[in-house]
Amino acid sequence: MTTPITITANDILAQAEALRPQLQSGFRDEIVKSMYSEAERITRRAVHATGEKKWDLDQRIDRLVTSPITGLPIMLLILAAVFWVTIVGANYPSQIIATALFWIEDQAASLFTAIGLPWWVTGFIWHGVYRGLAWVIAVMLPPMAIFFPVFTILEDLGYLPRVAFNLDWLFKKAGAHGKQALTMAMGFGCNAAGVIATRVIDSPRERLIAILTNNFVPCNGRFPTLIMLATVFVAASFSPIFSSFVAAGAVLLVVLIGVFFTFLMSWILSKTILKGEASAFTLELPPYRRPNISRILYTSLIDRTIFVLWRAIKTAAPAGAVIWILGNIIVNGSSLAAITANFLNPFGVLLGLDGTILLAYIIAIPANEIVVPTMLMVYSGVGMMTDITGFSELRNLLIGGHGWTMLTAANLMLFSLLHNPCGTTIMTIYKETKSKKWAALSVVITLGTAFLVTFITATIARLAGWV
Amino acid sequence: MIQIKTSGCDTCPANVHLEQMGLKIENFDRIIALAGNPNTGKSTLFNSLTGLKQHTGNWPGKTVSRAEGGYEFQNIKYKLVDLPGTYSLLSASQDEEVARNFILFGQPDCTIVVTDATALERNLNLALQVMEITDKVVIAVNLMDEARRKGLEVDTRSLARDLGVPAIPISARSGEGIQTLLTTIAEVIEGTIKTEPLRVIGTVQYQNSVNTLSEQINRLHPGIPNPRWLAIRLLDGDARVQQALLSGELAELAGNQRRAEVQFSKQMSVQGRQ
Repeated sequence: MTTPITITANDILAQAEALRPQLQSGFRDEIVKSMYSEAERITRRAVHATGEKKWDLDQRIDRLVTSPITGLPIMLLILAAVFWVTIVGANYPSQIIATALFWIEDQAASLFTAIGLPWWVTGFIWHGVYRGLAWVIAVMLPPMAIFFPVFTILEDLGYLPRVAFNLDWLFKKAGAHGKQALTMAMGFGCNAAGVIATRVIDSPRERLIAILTNNFVPCNGRFPTLIMLATVFVAASFSPIFSSFVAAGAVLLVVLIGVFFTFLMSWILSKTILKGEASAFTLELPPYRRPNISRILYTSLIDRTIFVLWRAIKTAAPAGAVIWILGNIIVNGSSLAAITANFLNPFGVLLGLDGTILLAYIIAIPANEIVVPTMLMVYSGVGMMTDITGFSELRNLLIGGHGWTMLTAANLMLFSLLHNPCGTTIMTIYKETKSKKWAALSVVITLGTAFLVTFITATIARLAGWV
Repeated sequence: MIQIKTSGCDTCPANVHLEQMGLKIENFDRIIALAGNPNTGKSTLFNSLTGLKQHTGNWPGKTVSRAEGGYEFQNIKYKLVDLPGTYSLLSASQDEEVARNFILFGQPDCTIVVTDATALERNLNLALQVMEITDKVVIAVNLMDEARRKGLEVDTRSLARDLGVPAIPISARSGEGIQTLLTTIAEVIEGTIKTEPLRVIGTVQYQNSVNTLSEQINRLHPGIPNPRWLAIRLLDGDARVQQALLSGELAELAGNQRRAEVQFSKQMSVQGRQ
């Protein structure tokens, strides 16, 4: 063989092609095989059982939590327990924070008026920007400060791969990858993080399915909303003894609906634009490890809670400002907020919601986990000037003053569960897929589902005469 | 702050200083890659060395992209790159490519392969593959505490002898063996410890083919790291490596990897979570 003076990449490839037939077929398999036997030989020499092995607790637990019979019920029980702990633990702190923060608003506003500042300065700062912050902190902080550490403990224990194991057959039926259970679980923390976590899925088709459906599990920004609605509306109709259990059950139900839509949408995608079979994979069940409490508190409180809350605060302050302005610019005797809400109302009613909720949704588009706090600002800002000092007054205001029904609360929970991903998540989807098409599709799919589902439930409820 | 348990050599005055540098990785002297199977405690080791709070979790695949941090040991500044956990370096999945590209083109001064003492056989498969790519390897046999609890005794001397690279027993969570690990890394980089990684020899034909090809690759891209490994991949018909060779990506990656890495890591640290 002559050697050319200069060499190109093509020459090298050609050379590789030429050399390959000279080797035994499957030479690489041979090499990989000899690596494996080498690893086995070395391990046999280095590792010895000391014979002190006691019965294996890990295996016994696994037999229970991954059994086809008890696996799923245990999973649901754990999930329900997490929600219950969060709801019970967050209820009073939320009310206390709300009372305290609104007391400050009143005092500060009086002070501003007393020193003779114009009404619109007081209004804009205290009834606008500040009230936005107050609602977000009161509604979001306590549930997050409880849910995040509890969830992180489960993650550290090693429970998540067991969840993936239990759900694998369902994902397979939906034509999706079993590891999607892991990325779905990460979505409970943050959907953007869930989207990034899909990198563990090798197949591009299944990875896209996991990305497009990740938003159907409520992230931590949306949990507090669901918890508040479940506590204030659903549970309040029951006796106080059961109310926390009812609230936890309601949140669990909403989450299960989200999981159901994850499967349904995965199935639809894998039968239409992302056709294909589910690929096989091995899933390692890691040993259970004792969680490191100080690290858990750090990651969950500093990294996650403060991070999510800060993000919410940054968007809530401008949202509060916009709402105050809309509520105080009067055209032909009614405020801009009222005019817009009235305009949106027919569409809102069609979905079992109302115009104010849709207005709040539009204002909160940059970070739609603050839809409910925004909505509360709109109601308390433009409606009757009620002093809201607790969640029971809030309930009375919404039902008495704004005609809310159980349908409104239920559909708002569904809407908050299903609507489009937040701005950060959409950007993350774009970065991960490098495609505007998929990013746009993630919005279309979720928003379409949200509109369709709320429309159907509203129509059914009305036809059945429930509302 | 972590508690470093001292024992034996660890108490030697020359070895006791570890300074966690967090994200201060601008002027590093050495660059260390951290590879290993998923869920072997790479991120835990990374955190205890750098003092960072990279999110760890007990499930395989937690670290899907790289994280970087720094530490200073015996007056030398090290940049530590935490790679995604993988079972092998041969497939085309994104995490395996991130890991293998870095070991291949990032030119780390030393690669630590973190292995799980309770599942050593499976872990060694990756270690052997890393040793195919680079000589400068230290095996950290992690989770020694868990192995003891399970009644397993791991003879790291036998391991080191068979593999031809140092094998250090550690427990990243308690800090056991960290000092010895750091000293060993320093010595491997300095050349005080000579490594002779165990490699698959194969037939004479195979050896000749690999030599012919790697010599040509070296002529096309002089100074490219690991031509031998590239030659093996090309002989195997690895489409990704073929494509990288044709598009010039290979040369570019070899040239730019370090700088690109630093920019990427800053972005990661700002986002700070995965």
